[in-house]
Amino acid sequence: MNGAQIIQRIAAGLGLEEGSFESDPEAKDPWIRLPGDKLAAAAEFLKGDGELEFDTLHCVSGVDWPGDDPPAIEVVYHLTSLTKKHWIVLKTRVARAGASLPTLETVWKAANWHEREVYDLFGIRFEGHSDLRRILLPSDWPGHPLLRDWEWPETWHKIPVKAGRQMTDRAESGQMTGVGPFD
Amino acid sequence: MDKPGSTGFDGAPAVTLYDEELPPDNSYAFSPEDLEEDEMILNMGPQHPSTHGVLRVELKTDGEIVKDSRPHIGYLHRNFEKHAENIDYQGVIPFTDRMDYVGSMGNSLAYALTVEKLLGIGVGERVAGIRVITAELQRIASHLLAMGTYGMDIGAFTPFLLCFQQRERVLDLFEWLCGARLLYNYNWVGGVSHDLPEGWTDKCRRFLDEFVPVLDEVDKLLSHNKIFIRRTADIGIITPEMAKDYALSGPNLRGSGIDWDLRRDDPYLGYENYDFNVIVADSPHGPVGSCWDRYFVRVREMYESVKIVRQALDRLPAEGDVQENVPRFVRPLAGEAYCRSEAPRGELAFYIVAENKKPIPYRVKGRSPCFVAMGLFHEITRGEMIADIIAIIGSLDIVLGEIDR
Amino acid sequence: MITRFRQIEMRLMGPLTLIPIVLCLVVLGTIAALPMLAAVISELVGDFVPAGLQHLVVVVLGTAGFVGILALNPIYSIWLERKVAAHVQDRLGPMRVGWHGLLQSFADGVKLLFKEDLIPRDADRVLFRLAPMLAIASAFAAFAVVPWGVREDGVVLAVSNLNIGVLYFIAITSLGALAVLMAGWGSNNKYALYGGMRAAAQMVSYEIPTAILILVVVAQVGSLHIPDIVAAQSGGLLGVGDWLIFQLFPLNLIAFVLFFICGLAETNRTPFDIPEAESELVAGFHTEYSGMRFAFFFLAEYGNMLLVSMLAALLFLGGWVGPFGSNPLIFFLKGFGLVVVQMWLRWTLPRLRVDQLMGVCWKYVIPISFFLLIATTVIKGLM
Repeated sequence: MNGAQIIQRIAAGLGLEEGSFESDPEAKDPWIRLPGDKLAAAAEFLKGDGELEFDTLHCVSGVDWPGDDPPAIEVVYHLTSLTKKHWIVLKTRVARAGASLPTLETVWKAANWHEREVYDLFGIRFEGHSDLRRILLPSDWPGHPLLRDWEWPETWHKIPVKAGRQMTDRAESGQMTGVGPFD
Repeated sequence: MDKPGSTGFDGAPAVTLYDEELPPDNSYAFSPEDLEEDEMILNMGPQHPSTHGVLRVELKTDGEIVKDSRPHIGYLHRNFEKHAENIDYQGVIPFTDRMDYVGSMGNSLAYALTVEKLLGIGVGERVAGIRVITAELQRIASHLLAMGTYGMDIGAFTPFLLCFQQRERVLDLFEWLCGARLLYNYNWVGGVSHDLPEGWTDKCRRFLDEFVPVLDEVDKLLSHNKIFIRRTADIGIITPEMAKDYALSGPNLRGSGIDWDLRRDDPYLGYENYDFNVIVADSPHGPVGSCWDRYFVRVREMYESVKIVRQALDRLPAEGDVQENVPRFVRPLAGEAYCRSEAPRGELAFYIVAENKKPIPYRVKGRSPCFVAMGLFHEITRGEMIADIIAIIGSLDIVLGEIDR
Repeated sequence: MITRFRQIEMRLMGPLTLIPIVLCLVVLGTIAALPMLAAVISELVGDFVPAGLQHLVVVVLGTAGFVGILALNPIYSIWLERKVAAHVQDRLGPMRVGWHGLLQSFADGVKLLFKEDLIPRDADRVLFRLAPMLAIASAFAAFAVVPWGVREDGVVLAVSNLNIGVLYFIAITSLGALAVLMAGWGSNNKYALYGGMRAAAQMVSYEIPTAILILVVVAQVGSLHIPDIVAAQSGGLLGVGDWLIFQLFPLNLIAFVLFFICGLAETNRTPFDIPEAESELVAGFHTEYSGMRFAFFFLAEYGNMLLVSMLAALLFLGGWVGPFGSNPLIFFLKGFGLVVVQMWLRWTLPRLRVDQLMGVCWKYVIPISFFLLIATTVIKGLM
């Protein structure tokens, strides 16, 4: 099935009306954006439906959009069907403050660690998650670093950790950064 | 004088830069109070000879039996994703090299493919051929490392050195190609950093000819050794359902008997034109999905990679500028791309979100196959013995650089 | 100042720990009485030493010489092991220190001697210090009954020509398990504890078939005296035909193979090296040891390797009996030949798991050795 068909099928299966959800079947990776409360039902449907059969959750990523209206964190689920050989991207947006989402661990067990990572780096709580601990960072690390407005602490346990911004500054001003092909 | 054993550094109290309530301490999953009689918590790692890096596994043991286990990762976390938000598109490539540091060609290839997808550019036939050759040679090198260290995990030291000799020759080829032996920065967006030097293809052919007999020998020495089979063929069983549920990929997935390979099922770089078999475990020695199956899939995949490299060398266009498609500036339109490729350890994917015409990616996420594989570690170790823990870690073929990023 | 004194103390600690070992051996040596060496040495020193002290001097000199020889053995065994490993693995091994790296082990020994001797803060200090001594003492003391040959005048070339030599051997080698257990417990380290427990289980299990297989030989020869056992194997075709492994073919051959397997297990060599399984238990029972104490475990391991090889040669391969007459050289060749086989196996085979190891012992080796014991005694009785 191609992206458009998959999106249609999802909309029909969940009883979504035209216009109540966003999607882009023509994108490089066709995606469909659902509200957070539809997520669990959508996951169940995507996995259980005989024609879609999305048996693997490939990846879960968070993207922070503080500048959008309203400010939101987007959680992106990349799904694969090994049996049907097709792909879809499932997106959802949550408010930045006190963000929480239902866990998909009950549908795809792979979600366990991915959601822990999103929790660790973005601070989104996944309701019903069996083991929601930080995974990459120490438990007393301040804040969630992949939020765009996160600030580096100067030190952590007396260890200086603040990163410089020279590379970014040079890149933004159009200079070469010394690692690209033309340097 | 200081008390003996004192380092003079008293662990400072937790920093409270943020008023937010700190999450629960995650350094231990099991607590001594919950232990039953005869149980013990054993910390394996992060400094341990066989955890393949700085993995720390917390085991709840009863004698030699492991009742439960929890892997703890993050000891090699180098905030790749945060770095990537601050560096231009091409500048991220060296950082990707450092993810899976024994399979760097595969990493930079996956990243380059993603950016190319984002930009909507392709590469010429020669570049695609060179990329296939280097990716498959890297697969051979990486699988050799996996095979050798796996033998060492089980206690056989000799295959390790035999494998490393051959791996060294691949690294020599790469060194001749781009000057680096481990972290190549070779696959650029739209091209590769260096064209093949003169005589390189002949040397590569010679390597392949001499490599196959050695691989046969090591295979005979290790794979079918009775002790080796008894140590690995009925432990760490990953059933096909589990493998799908946990989204395993690469040799780990095929070791569970699932016929899936991105090179065939979602081809990139013209892999559809090459004649090779997708290796799926047939488990002659025990239940499907055992450690031996995963190990043996890797061994047989090396033969397939040799086949692919031979074909690629044969049909490589003689002339061609390897950098003709390299863009002067990488400034994609707003959008996102997710591109997966079959790296030596499984499906490595990058998810890149771009802002309109900005030189710096808005968000780069690396989807690491080893990270995913570690996610099911606690399921397959329950009830096994301590020695099996090592065998299972080895059979998943993890690299901590990629798990922690 | 204090720190400096401590450093000096630590430097001295390694060599100084040799003294109790030597004392240990002197005591054991006195018990064993050293008749043969005594005879040779007293001939030499008889003129210079008063008669009352002669026995003491003989014992001390004999033991010191013997320990010297045994301390050199690991040095060359390690060199040999590294060379065997290197050639199995298609490389050269040590080549720099001396001709083909012959002096490499001396350099390593000197390095170990001057390394800081660490004892973990929470270790049981007594057990921790005692364990390496006991390990090396048990390995060396067992050599007291290993005869190297017989002189033409009938004098047995052994430290102690004990008439129940085989029994003494079984008793003394059991001490090795105790040493490993002490090291494992005393280190206060979980890996060391695992190593110690594994070693205890393994050594105790494999002692049973070892003893039974020795009984197979004893029952056929009818003596616990090792020179008698060798004498029963002399003669025959080319001086080879009457070796025990060729008698009652193939019963004794099987017994020899099983004995060698048990020997591997008792010396913790691959494929039975689970007590120090590097990839699982870091270094097993000697995880916390450093410097000379660590070296002692190494000396003990190589001593034990040579010991079981020599014993296998004596019991099954005719000891010093060979095609070109009988002399100690043949015996040494056989002994070191088996040591090389042990090394070859180590660099070829993977390691068994602990339950499989015990399974091999209790399910296969012990029943077969009992069968061999019964079969050989019945056949001997009928003959």
